[in-house]
Amino acid sequence: MSTDASNRRVVVKSLFGAAGMFAFAIFVLPPMYDLFCEITGLGGKTGDEYTAVDVRVDTSREVRVRFVASNNASMPWIFKPTQDSVVVHPGEPTEITYFAHNVTDQDMVSQAIPSLVPNNVADYFHKTECFCFENQPLAAGDKADLKLVFIIDPDLPVGVNSVTLSYTIFDITDRAADPIAQL
Amino acid sequence: MAHGPATLADGWRAYISRWVFTTNHKDIGTLYLWFSFAMFLLGGAFAMVIRAELFQPGMQLIRPEFFNQMTTMHGLVMVFGAIMPAFVGLANWMIPLMIGAPDMALPRMNNLSFWILPFAFAILTSTLFMEGGGPNFGWTFYAPLSTTYAPESVNFFIFAIHIMGASSIMGSINIIATVMNMRAPGMTYMKMPLFVWTWVITAFLLVAVMPVLAGAVTMMLMDINFGTSFFDAAGGGDPVLFQHVFWFFGHPEVYIIILPAFGVVSQIIPTFSRKPLFGYSSMVYATAAIAFLSFVVWAHHMFTVGMPIAGELYFMYATMLIAVPTGVKVFNWITTMYKGSLTFETPMLFSIAFVILFTFGGFTGLMLSIAAADMQYHDTYFVVAHFHYVMVAGAVFSGTAAIYYWLPKWCGKMYNETMGQVQFWVAFIGFNIAFMPQHFLGLAGMPRRYADYGLQFADWNMVSSIGAFIYGGAQIMLLYNVIMTIKFGKPTAEEKTWEGAEGLEWTVPSPAPYHTFAKPPEFK
Repeated sequence: MSTDASNRRVVVKSLFGAAGMFAFAIFVLPPMYDLFCEITGLGGKTGDEYTAVDVRVDTSREVRVRFVASNNASMPWIFKPTQDSVVVHPGEPTEITYFAHNVTDQDMVSQAIPSLVPNNVADYFHKTECFCFENQPLAAGDKADLKLVFIIDPDLPVGVNSVTLSYTIFDITDRAADPIAQL
Repeated sequence: MAHGPATLADGWRAYISRWVFTTNHKDIGTLYLWFSFAMFLLGGAFAMVIRAELFQPGMQLIRPEFFNQMTTMHGLVMVFGAIMPAFVGLANWMIPLMIGAPDMALPRMNNLSFWILPFAFAILTSTLFMEGGGPNFGWTFYAPLSTTYAPESVNFFIFAIHIMGASSIMGSINIIATVMNMRAPGMTYMKMPLFVWTWVITAFLLVAVMPVLAGAVTMMLMDINFGTSFFDAAGGGDPVLFQHVFWFFGHPEVYIIILPAFGVVSQIIPTFSRKPLFGYSSMVYATAAIAFLSFVVWAHHMFTVGMPIAGELYFMYATMLIAVPTGVKVFNWITTMYKGSLTFETPMLFSIAFVILFTFGGFTGLMLSIAAADMQYHDTYFVVAHFHYVMVAGAVFSGTAAIYYWLPKWCGKMYNETMGQVQFWVAFIGFNIAFMPQHFLGLAGMPRRYADYGLQFADWNMVSSIGAFIYGGAQIMLLYNVIMTIKFGKPTAEEKTWEGAEGLEWTVPSPAPYHTFAKPPEFK
């Protein structure tokens, strides 16, 4: 084989490898990371909407669930849980609310992002209804009670007596106004 | 003009055209080396601004916003503008000479890969003059600092990184093709000089990870301008993902910087020990092992982000594992010198300093790899001291050694040995005064990347700044030495500049003719 031909082969193979690594970084790494976090519960991300199944309520156990709220840097709303914590039995659906108040004079849209500690319980914390599944529009000056219904799985590892659920609220008004971004 | 390059005597137009349109590996190597030295001085000037501001506690010279831009630009320019192009320049000059090839395999791509670089750095540097200032988020540009909170100029920064990546990838493909297809008859892979070996492994690393960096900045670009949420928690993304993607590129990157430096030192130490390199094949395998391990240790840069204990342990032990092949290399260099007929010309002095100081930096790296201890060291000046020991005393010392070692071959003139040794001692002493105290500052808890510090850190900061100014002066001396050698150096026409030198590059006349090895040489 001539040098020119083998050079061309090296170039084609290398460029192919480089393009593959580029695609790997953009299209494979982020989903892989999400999947990894989902499996391990890292990052404290809770699952999507859960359909309640009939389970026994384990009245012999009590778990304290604490609620925390925080605002992302530029978010001016008042956002807080209406109760600091509740004590629940595993298997028992519990409804709580968060309070949100748009104190600005502009209509805004928000998105709440959950995080759960300790992170190995993410698989045992089910939400049948949550304001975090959708974005929350509030007109200027409006207030709202945002509803959350959750069930602690009776299989919750022994030794976990307390769980903290945190919501961070983000201002996504610009993004929500842009129809392309909502795709 | 049938043969030979245009000189100034042919007129300005011809002379400039020669450099712009050149496809000669020696010309392009020269361009890379001068460009990287210019960037080295620019990045050094940024460092001088940083050290001048840190000379005393409190704000004296610049505003904190500008300080942040200086630390960011210093890192970016030194890594992507100074060290990487310097070694690509050495590769362009030396690899064809070392393997007996007439030129690089892809000369026109070689021209392109150099000439897009000045544009990348012109774009990057111009951001300093834009409204809102240049990049101020650290050279690691973690999201959301580099996305949500970035200055407007971040798009120019992203574009500049893309161009640098394209340049590096093209340069690497060229080196791979050259080494695979252009070796002289008889030069099998396991007979190649070690500099060629380390570079071809580096080239594979570059092809693998520069696209990942391009992917990271592309995702940033999408987040900033097109409403995606790769790194934005509000849209379901995760800022920690950025750190994973960045360090998946970033850790191989530090070996991209140091492996060619290993290669240079592995050429120089045997020459001045007048012995062949000890353990050649173990050097090759150690280099390959380091390259492979560099892909599986990235999260040791992120021990503090929150990882399960199993992850911390894995990344800790995997990182410590890298000390094994690195230790093999250090052992081989020392054993090469053992019972050799040593002489201490300037390149050898820089190489020995490399071995000592790089090993020192390697040991502080081992300290940092201990996950539990890293909670304390993370983002302190201890880290700054560690990576300057491996990057400056490692890559820059080795690059300086290479310049003194091959300069007689490049220009046919001998540098002034006394001036070379003076420059070495100024650099060596200045470097240690600048960076040794930063270990103490870091252990005492001084965080990196701040424009100001508590009074308890004042003394060592002043010492460090004085050392930094001395070290900066040593680089001006290097420039002076090189220019004086080219202009007024004693001509040396002998093929073998150094008594103990081995290899094909020492079989061509000095200065190396414009075209060499038109007919493949005999290699036994």
